[in-house]
Amino acid sequence: MTQSSEATSGQDAGENRPGERRKRPIAAFLRATEIDARMLGMLVALAGIWILFHFLSGHTFLTPRNLWNLSVQTSAVAIMATGMVLVIVSRNIDLSVGALMSFVGVVMALVQVRFLPNLWGFDHPATWIITLIVGVVLGALAGGLQGVVIAYLAVPSFIVTLGGFMAWRGIAWVLSSGKTVAPLDTYFQLLGGGARGTIGGMWSWILGIAGCVGIVALIINRRRQRHKYGFPVRAIPVEITLGVISCGAVLVAIFWLNRYYMPDLLARQYAADHGIAWPETGLSISLGIAVPVLILIGVTLVMTFIATRLSFGRYVFAIGGNPEAAELSGIRTRWTIVKVFMLMGVLVAFAAAVQTARLNAAVGSLGELSELYVIAAAVIGGTSFSGGVGTIPGAVIGALVMQSLSSGMVLMGVENSVQKVVVGVVLVLAVTIDTIYRRRMQQ
Amino acid sequence: MTKRKLWVFLAVFAVLFGVMFTACGDDNATTTAGEGATTTAASEGFTIGVSWNNYQEERWANWDEPAIVAAIEDAGGTYISSDAGSSEEQQITDVERLIADGADALIILAQDQTAILPAVESALNQGIPVVAYDRLIENPGALYITFDNVEVGRMQARAVYAVQPTGNYVMIKGNPADANADFLREGQGEVLADAIAAGDITIVAEEYTDNWDPAIAQTNMEQILTQQNNEVDAVVASNDGTAGGVIAALTAQGMAGLVPVSGQDGDAAALNRVALGTQTVSVWKDARDLGKAAGEAAVAMAQGTALEDVAGTVLFDSPGGNSMVSILLAPVPITQDNLQLVLDADWIDVDTLCQGVPAGTVDVCD
Repeated sequence: MTQSSEATSGQDAGENRPGERRKRPIAAFLRATEIDARMLGMLVALAGIWILFHFLSGHTFLTPRNLWNLSVQTSAVAIMATGMVLVIVSRNIDLSVGALMSFVGVVMALVQVRFLPNLWGFDHPATWIITLIVGVVLGALAGGLQGVVIAYLAVPSFIVTLGGFMAWRGIAWVLSSGKTVAPLDTYFQLLGGGARGTIGGMWSWILGIAGCVGIVALIINRRRQRHKYGFPVRAIPVEITLGVISCGAVLVAIFWLNRYYMPDLLARQYAADHGIAWPETGLSISLGIAVPVLILIGVTLVMTFIATRLSFGRYVFAIGGNPEAAELSGIRTRWTIVKVFMLMGVLVAFAAAVQTARLNAAVGSLGELSELYVIAAAVIGGTSFSGGVGTIPGAVIGALVMQSLSSGMVLMGVENSVQKVVVGVVLVLAVTIDTIYRRRMQQ
Repeated sequence: MTKRKLWVFLAVFAVLFGVMFTACGDDNATTTAGEGATTTAASEGFTIGVSWNNYQEERWANWDEPAIVAAIEDAGGTYISSDAGSSEEQQITDVERLIADGADALIILAQDQTAILPAVESALNQGIPVVAYDRLIENPGALYITFDNVEVGRMQARAVYAVQPTGNYVMIKGNPADANADFLREGQGEVLADAIAAGDITIVAEEYTDNWDPAIAQTNMEQILTQQNNEVDAVVASNDGTAGGVIAALTAQGMAGLVPVSGQDGDAAALNRVALGTQTVSVWKDARDLGKAAGEAAVAMAQGTALEDVAGTVLFDSPGGNSMVSILLAPVPITQDNLQLVLDADWIDVDTLCQGVPAGTVDVCD
């Protein structure tokens, strides 16, 4: 999210520079800064939603605590949405992610609760990592299986993943015999956040500063590259302003999240455990960034890199743009599609780990309907169903928009049925605006 | 990927899958052998036919069927059964076949409460009494046997109220599409009504939980705690799954165990939480009681007892507007004080129940 300009896919960058639009000041501004207008629009919309909810919820929404909650609640769907972007960009769809999540989640829970403890008892430090590896491998295989049927046997992805949508959850029910598998390994639970599953205030600052350095390095590197190949560069003041704004946004976010302190009851426990006398004013221990959010940040960076810098990612966009041309230009289109679905499966495994760890339980009903939220997040984030267009950070913001709506409405105590109406209307509205914008750009 | 690689890939997947199934599926394999439609010829006495909608679900074979069989055989009758395998059409055929095989009374666990109606009507017309088992069949000629969901709600609220008779209450309700969610809420409301009127209890938040999904219950609870600034004194959650989500949210605030939380179903994970002290009550519906009651009612009717004269019946106004002759069984609230009950019933083993419980806190775990 921090480098929105970096993430712009090749096609979009071209759209933003139509010469005849010089007269309009906004267009001129966007041209000078090379900011993707859609990404900017989305951020503005998100800010608008947040401010609106802040007032409607009695000044609760923008508190550090609620934003911290929001960051954790968004993680699982956002992690999967980054993969869904590539799936939709390649002109496919994956309806099976929610069901696959329950399947992988239940298997991971059984591995850590039923099998590994037989070898070395409960809460062994190696349990969580083995569990996670099993989950990732299983996710990749299951996704790959669907990918093979889609790519090599040429069955439409809608049908294959619709089958997966039914089958994976069925298997999850059989494996768990319809029971809740709990409680989970204590190390594994850290993957889900909670008061213990965070990196603390200091490491959050270190991460924020590292992020800042990264942004500056990216800007400088980009400028050098452009010089080298004789491309036009942004004006120096523009570069500095963008750098300061991005950097500032990261640091403000860290500052604000760090103001969410360990809940009083846990802080008392902490003080007692560490022999600290309980001060009158209470202890203010920053929890910092939660582990699932850390995973999300990592996934976003890696997926952005894959989508924009690796040949695999560019192939996916090429296939989505024009499958025949991609095939004729020598891209192994079918194998690329299989890899897209394998990647999706791996991301589902991460999301399943986060979700089960957070709940401290796995159930067959895990992730029901989440496929729809994942697809909605990708689409709100500007991924086009006609293929070839979409960005990873956009999908993450899309997930944040969806979760902001439902979390915010619960804060306000809005009826469950009204919540669904609002989310549905916003989804259609967002995509409608995006479609109109896109059509204007083409004219 | 070449064709050979493709086959290797599929083979690897198949092998892994097979390994997983044999490893994980062990405990089910023996119980769900599913004899399908077994029929024992009824030469004398009477015969009771049971139509299962889906025998593969673990519960029916383990808990309900043995109790039904025992009740029938104790009375000198014969048990015949069929499994519709989750198919409405198959179940209609099954009912006809059970009648042809000489059933004097039927117990039907309906796959679909509407699709089964013609078959039920046909049976009743032939003078064969029908017991609607656990799921409502909207025909006033049938006897409806289930647990009393309104009573479950009352028990949940009572157990929480006993621990925390004042303060801010949160109601975490079930799936809005499930009529039971509202029956439960009705019972909870009855118990708390006086305290609410007296101003002792304030309901500060109330949320449905789509699909009874624990993750949604968790997110909702986190938002409620944020909005109330943790000033929540008790949570009435409608089942064990949602209770699990609520307790995960409370744990993150260090409040688990300090705030009473209700549930129902007697899930292993929930009973473990009751032993740990993070959940106050899990209202337990012993399926064997249901099977026994259904078996006895079917026997009575097969021997000529009129529908209205079956012991223990009350009139239940169904959502479809029928006044159904019903047996509504009372469930048992399981708290830390009576965990022995679930152990005695072999509902759960002591290791699962007591996992992580410190010695000296709960009697049954020592």
